[in-house]
Amino acid sequence: MTGSIAIIGSGPAGFYAAEALLNSGEALCVDIFERLPVPFGLVRYGVAPDHQKLKRVTAVFETVAAHPDFSFIGNVTAGRDVSFEELGAAYDAVILATGAISDRKLGIPGESLPGSHSATEFVSWYNGHPEFRDHSFDLSHPCAAIIGNGNVALDVCRILAKTPEDLASSDICDHALKVLSDSCITDIVVAGRRGPLQASFSIRELREFAAIPGVEAVFDPAEIDEASASPDEMDAAARMLTILKGFSHPDEPRKAARRVHFRFLLSPSRIEGEGRAERVVLSRCKLEGEAFARRAVATEAETELSAGLVLRSVGYRGTPLPGVPFDDAKGVIPSREGRVIDRDGETVSGLYTAGWIRRGPSGIIGTNRECAAETAEAVLADLRADRLTRDPSLRSRLLSRLQTGAAQTVNLAGWHRIDQMEQTVGAAQGKPREKITSVAEMLAAAAVNMPEPALP
Amino acid sequence: MTHVVTENCAGCRFTDCVSVCPVNCFHGDGERLYIDPVLCIDCGACIPKCPVKAIVEDIDILGSPMIELNEEKSAILPVITAKQEPLPGAEARRDALLAEGAA
Repeated sequence: MTGSIAIIGSGPAGFYAAEALLNSGEALCVDIFERLPVPFGLVRYGVAPDHQKLKRVTAVFETVAAHPDFSFIGNVTAGRDVSFEELGAAYDAVILATGAISDRKLGIPGESLPGSHSATEFVSWYNGHPEFRDHSFDLSHPCAAIIGNGNVALDVCRILAKTPEDLASSDICDHALKVLSDSCITDIVVAGRRGPLQASFSIRELREFAAIPGVEAVFDPAEIDEASASPDEMDAAARMLTILKGFSHPDEPRKAARRVHFRFLLSPSRIEGEGRAERVVLSRCKLEGEAFARRAVATEAETELSAGLVLRSVGYRGTPLPGVPFDDAKGVIPSREGRVIDRDGETVSGLYTAGWIRRGPSGIIGTNRECAAETAEAVLADLRADRLTRDPSLRSRLLSRLQTGAAQTVNLAGWHRIDQMEQTVGAAQGKPREKITSVAEMLAAAAVNMPEPALP
Repeated sequence: MTHVVTENCAGCRFTDCVSVCPVNCFHGDGERLYIDPVLCIDCGACIPKCPVKAIVEDIDILGSPMIELNEEKSAILPVITAKQEPLPGAEARRDALLAEGAA
């Protein structure tokens, strides 16, 4: 059996789909299209710069990329530079793995005031995403508020809390490190709508806050509502509670230059200030519903937090792709076992999806491996059943059109030149890498040492 | 830091962990699995996948011989990259472990 597969998006889901296909034992070729000149999606632009160990997953992706039947085609936006119709005709299967990085809004007054941002915007800025590097964040106010209780909330909190010395050995971008070095922030509040028993961040991420130099984590055990929790809920959250209870009590005298306050049962109702965010008004919440399915319900009682920076991290959603079915309520591409389905529930032949755009923004890097493997199985089953057809000549026509077109594409060798340059520049500063943050500079780095085009 | 497969795996070998490991760090013999501490990136994806709670972080079992055993065995046993059938009797063993509160 032979076949050609196009994967749209080079994050974890895209690479794990490629891995499963290339390891299937069938004679398949896999082309990954990426809209940026550089691969790895959220591993490069989402994973926090001080979590270098997690970024080592790229070694697995590089192994996949080294397969002779794998191609990376960077700086090509599917749906713009090449239509999904054209892709569908040129490949047996197209796997959509474009992720889900647009943020959900709080939908409250004052959300668009200067100083109020999405956590994604902040993450993309300090991680050097070309579309976000020129954003600016004002860290001149002593207090910051982070709305949300997931791992992204903790990531942005850690980056705001850590000292510049501590961050200097990470691969945080130089432009961000400069701004963070001048930060006047002394207090950061992480506010969740539900209680500490329902917090969605992981134990590992929370535990880090117990040992950050120059940072004191603060928690008031009075926010644990033991009376209304079930014994099973208390058991399930035991380790989380042990960590939280190990933090300082808010009434204790301050022990460090920066304090991180873990607050619960607070739902933002408005952001206020003269021409910019100066405070967040939050409603106190109570929990309703059954054990392990508790919902936060806002009460009349309100509390106010002083905050010149407000970062919301309350969920993510995918963005629709032109001509591809989309479930607007869930923010995902509707699918069954990885096969894209239309409004009537019918399978769209040759179209598949994997990762966050398939199942929504939940799970961690490895979750996408299982998800993408299932999608690859669906592709393989359809190929074996001879359900997929295409014109093989169209793939080479498409690739040569892209390679000779006005816009420069970046192949694996081009990425490796960018990678090498970033690591070299980073090493001189004692960092794993200094990312190139503009597309033009990436393209220039990718083109270095390219053979001169032959004269006609 | 790393993650460690403990005794609970022996005799079950459900291998659900393998399908979510982003770095292929599980190795195994016919009896059970081990984690390569050099490759493990401490993401924790495997922990909730194990039906018998066999996987823990090393800091939770400091001093346990399991930590060294994972290191030694993973170095010599083949890597397991895809989920396999559990061992015969795995479900019964899981239920027994759950009943005695060991999983």
